[in-house]
Amino acid sequence: MSTTTATTSSPEAKKASGGFTAAASNYIDERTSISAAVKEFGRKVFPDHWSFLLGEVALYSFVVILLSGSFLTFFFQASMAEVHYDGSYVPLKGVEMSAAMASTLDISFDIRGGLLMRQIHHWAALLFVASIGLHMLRIYFTGAFRKPRELNWVIGFVLFILAMAEGFTGYSLPDDLLSGNGLRIIDGMVKGIPLIGTWTSYLVFGGEFPGDQIVGRLYTLHILLLPAIVVLFIALHLMFVVVHKHTQYPGPGKTQRNVVGFPVLPVYAAKAGGFFFIVFGIIALIGSLFTINPVWNYGPYDPSPVSAGTQPDWYIGFADGALRLVPPHLEFVWLSHTWSFNIILPLLVIGVFIVLVLLYPFIEGWITGDKREHHLLDRPRNAPTRTAIGAAGVTFYAALWAAASSDLIATHFQLTMEGVIHALQAMLVIGPFIAYFVTKRICLALQKKDREIALHGYESGRIVRLPGGEYIEVHQPVDEYERWKLVSHDSYKPLMIRPNSRGKITTGQRFRAALSRWFFEDRIAPVTQTEIDRSHDQH
Amino acid sequence: MSRTSMATAAKTSKKGRRHPLANVALIAIGLLFSGGAYAAFSSATASADEAEPSSQEQLQHGEKLFAANCATCHGMNLEGTENGPTLIGVGAASVDFQVGTGRMPLQMQGPQARVKPKQFSESDTSALAAYVASFAPGPGIPDEKYLDAQGDAANGAELFRINCAMCHNVAGAGGALTEGKFAPPLTGVSEAHIYEAMITGPQNMPVFNDANLSPEDKRDIITALKYAENTPSVGGFGLGSLGPVSEGLFIWIFGLGSIVAITVWITAKSN
Repeated sequence: MSTTTATTSSPEAKKASGGFTAAASNYIDERTSISAAVKEFGRKVFPDHWSFLLGEVALYSFVVILLSGSFLTFFFQASMAEVHYDGSYVPLKGVEMSAAMASTLDISFDIRGGLLMRQIHHWAALLFVASIGLHMLRIYFTGAFRKPRELNWVIGFVLFILAMAEGFTGYSLPDDLLSGNGLRIIDGMVKGIPLIGTWTSYLVFGGEFPGDQIVGRLYTLHILLLPAIVVLFIALHLMFVVVHKHTQYPGPGKTQRNVVGFPVLPVYAAKAGGFFFIVFGIIALIGSLFTINPVWNYGPYDPSPVSAGTQPDWYIGFADGALRLVPPHLEFVWLSHTWSFNIILPLLVIGVFIVLVLLYPFIEGWITGDKREHHLLDRPRNAPTRTAIGAAGVTFYAALWAAASSDLIATHFQLTMEGVIHALQAMLVIGPFIAYFVTKRICLALQKKDREIALHGYESGRIVRLPGGEYIEVHQPVDEYERWKLVSHDSYKPLMIRPNSRGKITTGQRFRAALSRWFFEDRIAPVTQTEIDRSHDQH
Repeated sequence: MSRTSMATAAKTSKKGRRHPLANVALIAIGLLFSGGAYAAFSSATASADEAEPSSQEQLQHGEKLFAANCATCHGMNLEGTENGPTLIGVGAASVDFQVGTGRMPLQMQGPQARVKPKQFSESDTSALAAYVASFAPGPGIPDEKYLDAQGDAANGAELFRINCAMCHNVAGAGGALTEGKFAPPLTGVSEAHIYEAMITGPQNMPVFNDANLSPEDKRDIITALKYAENTPSVGGFGLGSLGPVSEGLFIWIFGLGSIVAITVWITAKSN
């Protein structure tokens, strides 16, 4: 694979070959010395696997969000001043609403291309957070967060939280009935926090909810502060990818010290560039064919009406679900304050969950005591406990997530609302444990199967009768390349409890050893060369 | 079919099945068929009828129909039994709504009567309504002038948001109530039935009498609902007007799904 660079390293060589491109690149290079950077970056190698493109999807959706969002800012008025709508949408004509809502309706009905841009912006936002989520799951289940990439996991996770904040502030801007209901829930949650809650709510809303400030404030966050931080974190995130180099799946010729794949220039840049337009195209197609957030159906916000089926966008759903699943009667008065544990409990549960996910690389690193660098990914089955923990986490999140649509589940599957809620409560508590044990067993079983295949090959289905009368099934051995994938992974053993320098075994050590035992106790050792040699003699 | 062509067919189909997009294609075909079949089966069964017969004849006809179809639960004299409430004073509007939307005769006892294909022709329904109304005064069949859907849609939409949206959803897509009860979606409901529902409060719905919402207000609400129903969705397919839940499902399954399919395609090794 040859690498080409767009610029030259020596001016004389270029003069000889001539041509406009050469002259232009030379001109630029002589003034910026960019060739060194292009040479370095152009030769960076990226491995090829579909799951490595998910982060790119997030990046590209963010670009689409920036472009469409800039268009929307030209026409949106972030003001809660009362106006009477006078646009082309008949069922709202003359209705009193905020300037924010009226300008959103104008964007939708009276500005050319406005509705398309709104829909592209909103769909791209949903895709942005969804692709971040899927990207994170890929990173988690392949163990790509291990040293040296722990910090990049944290940065990525902060980006996920920031994306949710971006999404929620954007969702609240049109000041329609749906988003107003959403803000009211946030207001309620803030007010439910003991001591500071009420004060904080008044501070945020500039008085009693809804006030006439919140849209303007959210707008500043949505288009200035949050995007700036997101861009900064994306830059950091990508810088770390360049510094660490990309991880790769185990395979023949792939080691901890190399990266097997295509160089950025020309192959990868072409693929990635093309992929950007494909992602943009899909978003544009969805935006032009499918309605999203039809605020004209919802009408302007007014604190009195609350619509059935009010939900936040999907990425806030888990928080809404937590509020729906919390058992009733948890509020009480103590020290002449109301303690709303129906709010505090969900906030705590969500907070702990978020912190655990954020810190997971460090937790696992501490338990396993693994200080080595890892550039080769784990197949999920080869880290059964981690995969099982992940499955438990996904189940937990899924229960919260599903709970946000409990009413729609009830109506669409003809169930009772109480039944749905109770089932999801059970799933929230028991589900993670079931998922943990089932996943771990599946992983171990798959490892056993791998071992079997590495040693004895595939069953060919051909039965042969030996001269002595014995029947055997001929096994087809796996080829060397295939086998490498099956046997190359590391085998971990639980940490041994060892006395420290003073000859004592601390409680911390015992705890850590117990966790390590939990993590690595059940394992299938990978096939060794000796075992392979021995199995060859038999077949 | 000759043996060779069968062999090639088998070969190509095998190759097709292993194609990375085969599962996606299979799901797409499956959805297409099940969706098509659903649409075919659920198309409304409409029935037309000739003019109403004279009043006395109609009452006798209604009495016969009532005795044969309704009296088991509601009693021979509309007094009600333990299986059904009394119908004295419910009025013609109530009968027209319950029978005209297919809710009555009840398919089965449950949290709520479900809509099904209606069991009676229009003349039979009005005969039943006239018979029930002859026992005691009650809300009558609404006047045509309130059903023209030509009122003030803006006022109607606002009244709808304030009075109806908490159960029926702001877009009229329906919503859940407690213990398996629900507020049904309001698309495809006739103007008369919407009006009758408001004045009679069927199932778990409260009554919106004329002091609460004047007939003109009801007309405005009907206007807003019909406007939303009959105006083509400007943003494209509406995804059931269910809001963020269907949008989220859509982006995960179809948006991210198609993008993952493309990433697989981009990184596939050429054979």
